[in-house]
Amino acid sequence: MVLVFAESQNGQFKKTAFEAVTYGKKSAEILGTTCEAIVIGKAENPAQLGQYGANKVHHLTGSGFNSFDSQSYSNGIAGVAERMGAKLIVVSHTSTGKSVLGRLSVKLNAGSVSGVNHLPESKEGSICVKKNVFSGKAIAEYKINTPNAVFSLMGNTLKPEQSGTDAELIEVQLEDTTVKTEVVSVDLQQGSAAPLPEAELVVSAGRGMKGPENWGIIEDLANVLGATTACSRPVADTGWRPHHEHVGQTGVAIRPNLYIAAGISGAIQHLAGVNNSKTIVVINKDPEAPFFKAADYGVCADLFDVVPRLTEAIKKAKG
Amino acid sequence: MKYLVCISKTPETTAKIAFKDGNSTFDTDGVQFILNPYDEWYALVKAIELKEANGGTVTVINVGGAGNDTIIRKALAIGADEAVRVNADAKSGFFVAKQIAEYAKANQFDLILLGKETIDYNGSEVGAMVAEFMELPYLSYGTDLQINEGVATIKRDIEGGSETSKTSLPLVVSAAKGMAEQRIPNMRGIMMAKRKPLNVIEPVACEDLSIVVSYSLPAGKSSVKMIDPENMDELVRLLQEEAKVI
Ligand SMILES: Cc1cc2nc3c(=O)[nH]c(=O)nc-3n(C[C@H](O)[C@H](O)[C@H](O)COP(=O)(O)OP(=O)(O)OC[C@H]3O[C@@H](n4cnc5c(N)ncnc54)[C@H](O)[C@@H]3O)c2cc1C
Ligand SMILES: Nc1ncnc2c1ncn2[C@@H]1O[C@H](COP(=O)(O)O)[C@@H](O)[C@H]1O
Repeated sequence: MVLVFAESQNGQFKKTAFEAVTYGKKSAEILGTTCEAIVIGKAENPAQLGQYGANKVHHLTGSGFNSFDSQSYSNGIAGVAERMGAKLIVVSHTSTGKSVLGRLSVKLNAGSVSGVNHLPESKEGSICVKKNVFSGKAIAEYKINTPNAVFSLMGNTLKPEQSGTDAELIEVQLEDTTVKTEVVSVDLQQGSAAPLPEAELVVSAGRGMKGPENWGIIEDLANVLGATTACSRPVADTGWRPHHEHVGQTGVAIRPNLYIAAGISGAIQHLAGVNNSKTIVVINKDPEAPFFKAADYGVCADLFDVVPRLTEAIKKAKG
Repeated sequence: MKYLVCISKTPETTAKIAFKDGNSTFDTDGVQFILNPYDEWYALVKAIELKEANGGTVTVINVGGAGNDTIIRKALAIGADEAVRVNADAKSGFFVAKQIAEYAKANQFDLILLGKETIDYNGSEVGAMVAEFMELPYLSYGTDLQINEGVATIKRDIEGGSETSKTSLPLVVSAAKGMAEQRIPNMRGIMMAKRKPLNVIEPVACEDLSIVVSYSLPAGKSSVKMIDPENMDELVRLLQEEAKVI
């Protein structure tokens, strides 16, 4: 059985949860088994995960699961995995998923691979899987040396696919007394756009913007697309934009479907965080800007002309 | 307070990435290695700051071969008091975590700090594994850490914001940007580092549960399509029909 930990926030499933269940279902087909999901704490209609391929949904509630604690969460997941004989456990490559991945590997003595972005393969009886390494400059294939494995799934690896019906729901009430961590506050940025690590569309700008007062054209473009805004490091370092927008080697690593970069030169450290985007559009007035080499589409012109024109063109196309 | 900081080495970002032995091994020929930025800038400096404020000792630990002594000396030059190198090839996060946990159990640290991930493999696994081997709380992606009368308050990055938690010591924390400010080693630090202890210990037995068996290069990007700046409708059409992303 493939067991997928589907994360929710304030009771709502995150997009990454549907991706993970879809991935779990496809993995189960490859490994010749079925897919089940595990949901922890408050969650609205857990049975809906059946639509993405889970046959059963184990819903864990109890004192240890009211807020995130990596120990109680991994105890809960490992308990279900052991009871059901899970061969593969899939979590999302998020702050929560990454905090339990290593614990599950140790608890279950299961080989782990973090940030997978390919489906697993079964080779001579062993599970193998690939992920990107060296800032997207290479792909590494891992072999699992144990009968069971734990993966964290990179966001935007595949699109959630809905086909089935609601799953059988199994309510599990557990009192976990091991909880040592208490969440005292959660502070989420306001705004309708998806947070950067999960965003499918990202509009980003760099020092070519000349100053923070010019960001209106970037926000307009992001708004017509429903995209999240990002920036290069010097822009965040000088306080033109908030730090959480900084992408790159030392900032957030993203892999949206579309990354539009205006007035960013494309330094290697910047590319390290955005290289895995599916489609890259670069707007830069310097034809020699290194970013053009990593781009799919390039516009060599003054961004102050091009960006508003692109916004208009999108508005027009969207009717 | 006793602080343990786990440090790793990673190829410098501009290094050429190539493989040898039938694409099974990373070719380190001519590659320059650096101390992993998250370990150096945030985890290590935070430990040094805490020590400066409250007293104690900062020990750095690395699992690796003798070639790693250069980066270990750099950590000592920045301000760690002593270093331990577990003399083994670090082939998997699981192996590394087992070595660190064994050493840490025997030496009773109050706080174990790591970087949020290495910048080559982006594993982000070792911290949770060390915590599990030791049955300790683990807080990842910390951007702020305060310790008051045995209670740690940690602010950590989560998707779209931050979360603040309280927990008990001993504790394992991985550090992200914001946790501390980078420090450049000065001449005095570099001179003193030469006299600080660097103990080499042998590894405990541990199997690798998962390992890299081969590498490949991603399909190269087809060369960039340049769009006439006067014709943004064309770009939009391509994004809709060719790339299918909007
Ligand atoms: C260890 C290390 C880690 C780093 N980590 C990161 C990281 O995580 N993220 C990151 O982004 N950087 C990082 N950097 C910095 C990186 O090396 C670059 O310095 C940085 O990315 C440059 O930012 P930029 O492209 O905005 O600015 P610049 O390099 O100054 O580029 C500005 C670009 O704008 C163009 N431009 C100017 N005016 C216009 C106009 N009117 N219209 C169109 N184009 C225009 C210029 O042609 C130029 O290409 C790191 C550096 C180091 C050493
Ligand atoms: N070989 C190693 N020796 C000591 N610490 C390490 C080693 N590899 C990784 N670490 C620590 O574990 C953190 C996370 O690494 P990883 O899980 O591999 O991304 C790093 O930032 C280091 O603090």
